[in-house]
Amino acid sequence: MAVAAERTETAEPILRLRGVGRRFGGLQAVDGVDLEIRPGERRALLGPNGAGKTTLFNLIAGEFPPTAGTIELFGEDVTETPARLRARLGMARTYQQSRVFVGLSVEDNIYLSVLGVQTGHVFPLRSAKRDAPLRAKARAAAAEVGLGGRLDSLVGELSHGERRQLAIGMARAAEPRLMMLDEPAAGLSRGERQILTELLLALPSDVTLLLIEHDMDVALRVAQWVTMMHDGRVVAEGTPAEIRANQTVHDLYLGSRYYDE
Amino acid sequence: MRVVAREGPRVVLAVLGVAVVVWLVIKAAQGGSTFLQVTLNGITLAALYFVVAAGFTLIFGLMRVVNMAHGSLYLFGGYLAYVAQTHWYSGGTSQFQLGPTNNIGVMGFFVPLVFATFVIGLVGLGIQQLFLRWNQGQDLRQALITIAISVIFADQMIAHYGGVVESIQAPTSWPSSILIGSFRYPFFRVVVVLGAALLIGLLLFLLIRRTLFGMIVRAGVDDRAMLSALGVNVQLVFAGAFFIGAMLAGLAGVLGGTMISVGPGLDTQFLLDALIVVIIGGMGSLPGAAIGALALGLVQSYSTIYLHFGSVNLTNYGILASFVLVIAVLAVRPLGLFGRPA
Repeated sequence: MAVAAERTETAEPILRLRGVGRRFGGLQAVDGVDLEIRPGERRALLGPNGAGKTTLFNLIAGEFPPTAGTIELFGEDVTETPARLRARLGMARTYQQSRVFVGLSVEDNIYLSVLGVQTGHVFPLRSAKRDAPLRAKARAAAAEVGLGGRLDSLVGELSHGERRQLAIGMARAAEPRLMMLDEPAAGLSRGERQILTELLLALPSDVTLLLIEHDMDVALRVAQWVTMMHDGRVVAEGTPAEIRANQTVHDLYLGSRYYDE
Repeated sequence: MRVVAREGPRVVLAVLGVAVVVWLVIKAAQGGSTFLQVTLNGITLAALYFVVAAGFTLIFGLMRVVNMAHGSLYLFGGYLAYVAQTHWYSGGTSQFQLGPTNNIGVMGFFVPLVFATFVIGLVGLGIQQLFLRWNQGQDLRQALITIAISVIFADQMIAHYGGVVESIQAPTSWPSSILIGSFRYPFFRVVVVLGAALLIGLLLFLLIRRTLFGMIVRAGVDDRAMLSALGVNVQLVFAGAFFIGAMLAGLAGVLGGTMISVGPGLDTQFLLDALIVVIIGGMGSLPGAAIGALALGLVQSYSTIYLHFGSVNLTNYGILASFVLVIAVLAVRPLGLFGRPA
């Protein structure tokens, strides 16, 4: 950990992908992706449906290994490291469909997230209620995403938007150095999207953010740097302004709405 | 019309259910103590089913593994305790030769019980680690593997323990029966087995609802991949749950081996019973296993005694009553009484 921290200070990339590819049978979902993300960066990953964004996320998170290339996280080669150990290195993610535990309360959900990154947590017979420091962290994270008043609600009773907030709260509570959010604004109302954008803008500057987002207003307001994917490859990289001006990007993705502006 | 079509089965089942209850009330009015005895038979059998099915449903709920070797673990547990008892406490030289003393102390019952329960837990853990761990999420493959294991176990147990039906002895100092109202009823059934089932139900409830392990198990039932992404060591939790589930099968084997018997064929019988219990109750639900076990135990008990209609004796068809129960429950609640979609 000490080594990783030192590298952070010298602004070495927090995440580095070299020639990463993933093949599912005959489908090359991700192909030769090189990506470097520096500490504190706010990066958006754009691209049409089927461009391989979520597959790339899964590769970085360790859901499955790549069929080509290497992945370095915090300066360590994690290409073959299982997901839970990557989480302990300081990486947290959300899913396109909010994956939360519907049978547990809001507080227990976040508590599990705080707990997961601790070592030796599966002490079997410890009471789940008596764990004051971690519980306090969980409650603080809930308050941060606007769920402070719903700690004891079963997650099954939450609205779609609240589940999204919870998913982000869970990712936040683990105090990761790298947060990866997969379409956090999907299915949210205009008002909820506004809350979400502010939530993301309020993240501490030492948290690195990698974001897949279809909603341009959210993505281009939050991100400082944009990577554009198509057919499993990176086709363009640049600032939001450069991406807006890029002809390839227009043709592929942004369509007439941004063309007209 | 559509409303009628949908409500049709429910109406038929409601009528059927009311008819069964009325019929049982009439039987109860006719012969009070016999009815009570038959009911107690059903409840104590249900207690045994609950212990078997609780382990089965715990494993399924968390890992989505239908452990078709669960019945084998049950029977193997019974045999292990039986052999341990004859060798260590009965002076027997082999499993077929009882020693001169047949006086079993309390330790002579509980040491084999704990031994068999623990060893079966380890056997189950071994099966999970060796055969199931690398097949996660492949339901059909896991079912076939565990069926294969159960077939091998069945043959090996016949080879080692023979085809003779045996039974484990309860401590000699315990009474063989106690007086309940106007009749005597076996002590072991009504006190030990029923007590054990209630205790296990309570302990499992506390484990699942009050401990950290239980919270992780409940979260795992909802979404295993997400739990793993949070950094939780899901494999460790799976191993623990499988160990506990297998232990319960072994413990039930010892209780059943004392209450009824140990012998070939009981493995498939108890696997089937456990399957029926969790299908009625809802796969993965502990309260469901309790209700399902009670329903199955009572139906089996009543149907073997009361399927007389005048001169027409249908008690031989009593086994079918279990399946009528399954059909009735599934017609109204396709996921079982407490079942939730996966």
